[in-house]
Order: sequence, then C-alpha cells, then structure tokens
Amino acid sequence: MSMAYDAEHPIPMPPILWDNKGFWDGVTKHELVFQRCKQCGTWLHPPRPACPRCRSFEKEWAPSTGKGTVYSFVTYRESPHPAFKAPYSVVLVELEEGVRLVSNMVDVKPEQIFIGMPVEAVFDDVSEGLTLPKFRKVG
Amino acid sequence: MSVMRSIKNKAAIVGIGISSFSRDSQRTELRLACEAIKVALDDAGLTTEDIDGLVKQTDDASDEHAVTSSMGMGNLTYFGECRWGAAPGAMVMRAAMGVAAGAANYIVVYRAVNGSSGRRMIPSMRTSGQMSTSDLLQWTFHAPFGHMSEAGRVAMIVRRYIHEFGINSEQFGWVPVVCREHGAQNPNSMYYKKPFTIEDYRKSEMVVEPLRRLDYYEEADAAAALVVTTAERAKDLRQKAVYVLGAAQSMVPETEELNSYYRRSISGLPETAQVGKKVFSMAGVAPKDIDCVQLDDSYGPFVPMQLEELGFCGRGEGVDFCNGGNHIRSEGELPLNTSGGSLGEGHLHGMNHLIEAVRQIRGTSTAQVEDARLVLVASGAGGPASGLILGGK
Repeated sequence: MSMAYDAEHPIPMPPILWDNKGFWDGVTKHELVFQRCKQCGTWLHPPRPACPRCRSFEKEWAPSTGKGTVYSFVTYRESPHPAFKAPYSVVLVELEEGVRLVSNMVDVKPEQIFIGMPVEAVFDDVSEGLTLPKFRKVG
Repeated sequence: MSVMRSIKNKAAIVGIGISSFSRDSQRTELRLACEAIKVALDDAGLTTEDIDGLVKQTDDASDEHAVTSSMGMGNLTYFGECRWGAAPGAMVMRAAMGVAAGAANYIVVYRAVNGSSGRRMIPSMRTSGQMSTSDLLQWTFHAPFGHMSEAGRVAMIVRRYIHEFGINSEQFGWVPVVCREHGAQNPNSMYYKKPFTIEDYRKSEMVVEPLRRLDYYEEADAAAALVVTTAERAKDLRQKAVYVLGAAQSMVPETEELNSYYRRSISGLPETAQVGKKVFSMAGVAPKDIDCVQLDDSYGPFVPMQLEELGFCGRGEGVDFCNGGNHIRSEGELPLNTSGGSLGEGHLHGMNHLIEAVRQIRGTSTAQVEDARLVLVASGAGGPASGLILGGK
C-alpha cells in the first residue's frame, strides 16, 4: 500500500528557498542529494546557510546512496490535510550518510513498518510538477 | 558599577488572575486578557496606574498598546515578548529581570487565548506566505509528506522513546488520568466533577500513532495574568509573596520547535535537562527538595520524559514512576499539575501552571499539597524550554 491522495485537493508544494533549492532540483531529476560541507565534509540536513560544525558557508550538493533504515515513524489515523487520505505513515529515515529525512513508504502497510527496517529511496511523481523522494523496503 | 549576578530572591509574584476555562468564552481575547489583568491587580492590591511594565507571549492576540489603552495604563517603561511553549517560565523570568534591574517596578505578564472557539494555532492551516525562513526550511521537508500536525511531530519523538526504553504505550495513560483527576477537583477546569479513568484512556482512539486523543491537551478559551515586582516591594503588599528562586530559558545545539529529530539522540528533552541544571543550581536546591511540579503536559508522554530530564527519576524510568498515579497525585511524593494542567484544566499554553504554582505556595490550591514550599514549573517540551523554581521563603 502506498500513500493515497485525494485528487480534488493539491498536495502542499515544498517552498523553495536558496538554501534548499539544490535538494529539490535533485529530486526533480530523480537524484537524492544532500548538502555537504566543502571544508569539513559534514553531511547536513535539513539544509542550512552555514555548516554548524566548522561555520563554513562553502557547501556542495552531494549524491546519497539512498540506502538507510527507519529511525522513527508515526501513523496518521486522522488526516490533517484533505490531500492525504488516512491512514498513512510518515517515516524518519536515517541514511547511510548519517542525515535523516522525513518521508513516506511505498508498497508497505503502516503495520509492517518497524524501527530499524532497511529501506532505499525511490522517486514518486505524485502530481504535475511535484516529485517526492520516498522509500521502499529492502529485501 | 555593581554586577547583578543572579535574580534569585530579587523578584516575587504578588498577584494572580485567571479566568474560567470554557469551550466558548463569548468574548474577544483582548477582553479576556483585560479581565484577567484586573483580577490579578485586585489580588495584589494594585491599580492600573501602578503598572509600568508588560510582558506578553509573541503569538498572543492582544498587543501591549491595546491592553494599555483598554485598561487606562500609561507610562510603561518596559515591555517585551517571549516565544513558543517555553513562554510562561520565560515571561516571569523576563519580568523578574525587569524589576530586579530597575527597568520597571510592577510588571504584568498576561496571556489570553480563545483556543477552543476562535483562532487556533494549527500549522497546517497556515499558508507558507506567512511563515518565517526558518519555519519554511522545516515545512519544505514535512508538508509534502503529510507530516503537518503538531501532534505528529511530537509522536515521532515519542515513538523513538518507546522503542529505546521498551515502554508499553498504554502506561502513558497515568499522566492524563492524574491531571484530569486534579482537574475534576478544580471548579475552574474543563474536567470539573468529570470522572476519568485509565479505562477511558485505553479506549481513546489513536489520532497519530503512538498518540491517542486523550494524550492531547484540552482545547479551551481562557486567560491568565500575574504581577511581578521586587522582593522589597512585595513585602508591603496584600498577598503572601511568591519569590523567584530559580529561572532559566534553554536552547541547545540543534533545538528545533517540536521537530528536533535531526540530532544524534531524539529520545530525550535536552532543553529541559539544561533548564533543570540551571534552576536547581540558581535556587541552591535539589530535586528531592521540590514539593510539587507543574510540568508541560500539552502532550502527556512528554511528562515522564521531563521528570527524567529534571532529575526526579532516571532515564527511561519516568513512565514507571507515573504508573498507577500514586507518586504524582496531590497526596503523593511528587504531586504533578495539581490544577489539572493542559490535560485536565485546559490548554492555556502553560500559564495555568504558573498560576497554580503560586496557589500551592499560598496554600490555596483545590488540590493543596501539605506545606508546599518549593514548586518547580517547566514550560516547553520538545523544543525551546524554560523553567522556574518558586518559593515562599
């Protein structure tokens, strides 16, 4: 089971700012990229103007393997927005690079999700002009 | 030039005012605020002419100038705001600093919310055009995935806490039960004379797993105000003074407002731990000396986590400590939220917790703790936090 949307109501679009544009540009091309500090190599998410470790403003968008595990998750039994049909789960995935990303699972029921579940990124073209990075179970 | 090293014992709360909690106040928030201020001034034996400072919560609908115009106040020399769930403790701290530094003599702290009938603060209802850059940088990674409710953000942290400490989530029910038992004794509260048991909790439906409906604060229309002055002036006033013995605000690296889940560990509340260290050290007391606590119970599962972080029990032991409710009832060793708090009295964003702390020290609570001398108040959980230790000296 994947996320079910109500076609009558548009999915909220992600606001694009200078600090996060690279992430969404990557997703549009079906590439998962995260900010990486050019000075100290620290992976950063959510994106920031500066690296909290070395304070450098020099960063690059570096490709992720897309592999990780479920770090935590919740299941909405009531939907807070008409675009999303409950029940649905939101997962917090910890990627191999160490960053965590909020997302949804594809082809998995809420009851099947567990902390530590190995997952990998997929790209879901959910509506005109909106692609979302999601995850599927590995193995 | 002398340096003020601490505001310990420099300021006191000398007046309190609180409205009843209802589903529909039939008043504007401004009127609710003014009414609570009037009650607080009468309680203190002061008049509007005495007031020269105001502290408000940033999101409060009643601006300072609207309050002064309505109440016939003039000549303010000090005013400011505090943010988030952390506001209540921080507002008293700010007022205490204001009087201790001589910026004003009598400062009113106020908060009024039509949280049930009127304007609600649900992020999903906001449009991105009204959001700050920092909020947008969170929203961009949450909203498209349907992660849009405040409770959903809390639930993400609670799930991890359950996982790391092997908690049976039904045991979260004892905090809502005890808070609502205390609310049932309080004529002002949403739960007055309403029985509430652990069975009610168990039957409560999941809204955002692992959170149930009855883990949530009780939406209400209400207002509260209090008056802060110097310890010296407090001696001449009508009420038993309630002194600020410890006060702190807290943020730590990678604090976010309710979505601090990008940092290494997310199963704790490090902001609350930092509040605890600071207020205990400032007041010169330890957790064992505290007679009663008023903690942020906007979401019940954050209460055992706060008890742990404040040093009342070990990490992962908070749920066991609350199990059965005997430790945290008004006759227990660490009475919790004795007016009912956000779960059992009504959600006034933590202001009722301050008012109740003052009542406990005055000896006027509807769930009075015998000989309550030291009360700890914690505001904000899962984001910026603040806290106070109040005492009667």
